[in-house]
Amino acid sequence: MNYDKLLAPAAVSMRPSGIRKFFDLAAEMPECISLGVGEPDFKTPWAIREAGIDSLEHGRTTYTSNAGLKELRMEIARYLKRRMHLNYDPLSQILVTVGGSEAIDMCVRALVAPGDEVIIPEPCFVCYEPITTLSGGVPVHLPCRPEDDFRLKADALKAAITPRTKLLILPFPNNPTGAVMEKEDLEAIAEVLRGTDVMVLSDEIYAELTYGSEPFVSIASLPGMAERTVVVNGFSKTYAMTGWRLGYAAGPAQVIKIMTKIHQSAIMSAPTTSQYAAVVALRECDKEIERMRDEYNMRRRLVVKSFNDMGLTCFEPKGAFYAFPCIKSTGMTSQEFCSTLLEKKHVAIIPGDAFGASGEGYCRVSYAYSVSHLKEALKRIGEFLAELKAARGEA
Amino acid sequence: MEQLLKILEDNARLPVEDIAAMLDKSPAEVAAMMDLARAQGLIKGYKTLVDWEKAGVNRVEAVIELHVSPKKSRGFDDIANTIASFEEVESVLLMSGGYDLQLVIKGKTFQEIALFVAKRLSPLDDVLSTATHFVLRTYKKEGKLYQMDEIDERECTML
Repeated sequence: MNYDKLLAPAAVSMRPSGIRKFFDLAAEMPECISLGVGEPDFKTPWAIREAGIDSLEHGRTTYTSNAGLKELRMEIARYLKRRMHLNYDPLSQILVTVGGSEAIDMCVRALVAPGDEVIIPEPCFVCYEPITTLSGGVPVHLPCRPEDDFRLKADALKAAITPRTKLLILPFPNNPTGAVMEKEDLEAIAEVLRGTDVMVLSDEIYAELTYGSEPFVSIASLPGMAERTVVVNGFSKTYAMTGWRLGYAAGPAQVIKIMTKIHQSAIMSAPTTSQYAAVVALRECDKEIERMRDEYNMRRRLVVKSFNDMGLTCFEPKGAFYAFPCIKSTGMTSQEFCSTLLEKKHVAIIPGDAFGASGEGYCRVSYAYSVSHLKEALKRIGEFLAELKAARGEA
Repeated sequence: MEQLLKILEDNARLPVEDIAAMLDKSPAEVAAMMDLARAQGLIKGYKTLVDWEKAGVNRVEAVIELHVSPKKSRGFDDIANTIASFEEVESVLLMSGGYDLQLVIKGKTFQEIALFVAKRLSPLDDVLSTATHFVLRTYKKEGKLYQMDEIDERECTML
């Protein structure tokens, strides 16, 4: 069989492409220490695990309704009201999905027709582009600049909107930069969008992990925005539940209805055990969120200060669990820096250009690791920089 | 202060500069807080967790349950303080439930611990009975695993 001819070209050419080699190399090094993962190092809080076990003991092993357990959707609605000041009807405006990723997929598939443009601020999580392309949509990359603290600026957005623009992806708090959009930033974006037919996919998966003085604000909470926004969130990052594969989308009933129809065909329903566990997460685990956030915050400060002390300028990330130090001072590209670091010091971090061309000159460093792990990795990176300097003949 | 104590409880060897970064304070501020915490008795001391089994050094550890007779005015304090002053005793805890005091004793040999119980503990007037349990193996102590390594099983590529 000639699989090259058989496989769909759109799927074969999907991103990410080159980065795989880098990870394979890292995986082959037993002594390699990674700062590469995109998931919490905490275990799922026990009350949540117990609820999952309890649901299994009671034999709750069937599908749930397609949109998700009614009980869970009601808890999600209460949670969105309590913590994000959003109002959604649990029965018509919420869909429980297999992770936030599926919610993104369903939202794009429900909205994007061939030729529609999807504005994707970069650097960002890499799934938006391939999902757009598979729907026949046209990704429009919009670089966020370090001098803007990697925030999306209203004038740049305005300039990118065309009559074909269907959807704006709003990935904040951002992976990989850790940037957040504050209320006035969002107001400016909302001002551009009101009066257009452009929808927003607000990926709020890191909403609970923000460290600034201002609490997270969802664009859907601004006047006139709920009707043009699909909020995507999930349990993975907030409750350290990545392996449970559970997320959700909340938005206008007409959009959620179509998303649910696609979900019904592609997925049927999200994992039942996870849904029962998630009910307890939303009901009982606000304190656990605080505990994990405090811990991430301490590591964040340590990592950011260490990079700045080493001479790698690191913008202060105010959300998620990533730092995004600038490596331009080394004269290397992101790929060169990361592969040489891996080869010489056996530390794996992710080259910034993997998250879009505007990430070139930066690297993503996850701080979802213990302090001692972080210290060892930072020490090695420090040594690496010192050796680079010495090789260049600088003191 | 609570956050500082939590950091130190987990790792007392972290440099003051790192703790300062983590708490968004200056190293001098953190050093002063640590001095204060010691002066106020919030920090009782700094020790090292040693895996003696791995180090090949013979050590015997025992947990001893004691029934004692409390005193009218001072309750368990007198007898607990008396026992706490014995050097061999690692910890003394007043317990709810089936017995009164729980001791942890460390010694070089079983014999040494047995003799300590027979010659020093049991003869005390207020000690009514003792039950000695020897520790056979340590699997986890102070939050650290002793028999297996912490393994990071995360391997998903998420960009």
